[in-house]
Amino acid sequence: MSTTHVVLGLLSQGERHGYDLKRDHDATFAQARPLAFGQVYAALDKLARDGLVKASAGGRVGGPDRTSYALTSAGRRALLAWLAEVEPPVPHVANALFTKVAVALLVDDTGETSKDYLRRQRQAHMARMREFTKLKLARKAPLAQVLAADYAIAHLDADLRWIDTALARADQLRDEMLATSVAKERR
Amino acid sequence: MTPVLSARSLTFTYGTATALRGVSVDVEPGELLAITGASGSGKSTLLLCLAGILRPQTGDVVFGTRLGDLAEAQRSKLRRGPFGVVFQFGQLVPELTAEENVALPLLLSRTSRREAFAAAHDLLGRFGVAEVAGKRPGQVSGGQQQRIALARAMVTSPRVLFADEPTGALDSLTSEAVLSEIVRIARDDETAVVLVTHDATVAAYADREVVMRDGQLDPPTETMRTDGAA
Repeated sequence: MSTTHVVLGLLSQGERHGYDLKRDHDATFAQARPLAFGQVYAALDKLARDGLVKASAGGRVGGPDRTSYALTSAGRRALLAWLAEVEPPVPHVANALFTKVAVALLVDDTGETSKDYLRRQRQAHMARMREFTKLKLARKAPLAQVLAADYAIAHLDADLRWIDTALARADQLRDEMLATSVAKERR
Repeated sequence: MTPVLSARSLTFTYGTATALRGVSVDVEPGELLAITGASGSGKSTLLLCLAGILRPQTGDVVFGTRLGDLAEAQRSKLRRGPFGVVFQFGQLVPELTAEENVALPLLLSRTSRREAFAAAHDLLGRFGVAEVAGKRPGQVSGGQQQRIALARAMVTSPRVLFADEPTGALDSLTSEAVLSEIVRIARDDETAVVLVTHDATVAAYADREVVMRDGQLDPPTETMRTDGAA
């Protein structure tokens, strides 16, 4: 998982302190390992050095914990560029796929960015699966090659099933995340 | 390339349930097109409309001529000639032998018995089931039944083969063998193949994929090549 991009995604919802970012991360990615404060600040330092976030001028009161951060226009461009990229279709990318879907929902609450991403990811996975299928169909393909292709196809198929289910549930997930976000605003 | 089969703005409803909502799709000669989607997405209805088995309420399918302009008898005749059809369960006639099942479309088109059985014998050999030519469907395995059904669908040398979940009831190795045959049909005979499946591993055998969702293509105006090109 790319912590820096997740932090950019969380900041797309508005200025946040490091503490807020950790709390929002753990709420959004409840199944993932909680983010350590050290990881949050390391990511913010790197992003600030790269000009992708900036410390808020009015927020620097009483030490670094009170500093709040905001996305810069370069940061928004970097975030959108990351969301536009499909993940390399290799086995065991499900965690990365979910991260991207959830971040896409933070950036665009209509859900269209996440669906568009899922469709393109599906296309990339299908293209890879077709390559492995071609390997299997090749005349006199060695059995070891066929079995390796079988393994890769089975894993890609698992991801594809997840992508199809995620597409079918995208609106529901968007509604749930919006409801959580509204409840947080009210607190 | 001029499409061999072209559908424009097809809509189809079963009573109050809408299965197709304005679907347009072209099939190129010799291409293997997969129609995928979840259960109830409309993919089988689309195949049945493309094959002239169902008549869409609006829109039309063009195969040289508009299928909507043809009488039922003329559309049935298409399925004994330029259209071959195979379903998940081969739908072979249980009382007939494999050889008689395969020869049947030719016999119905008044081809001589000698020619029809010679063609059936050739195709059973090509699909690797010549040894069961004299057996009835109930006496052979599911994989063999499906190969016999494919041979029957191909006996008229169709220009388009329609296959609805042709490997849905088969184990993975038998499925692979049947799909390899289907790919060979598309490549060697330049027969266009329209393959309906809910299974991505089956769709990966195709040159191109269209995804159905809620009676529409998803995305609505785009078809996706499995090689990644738009």
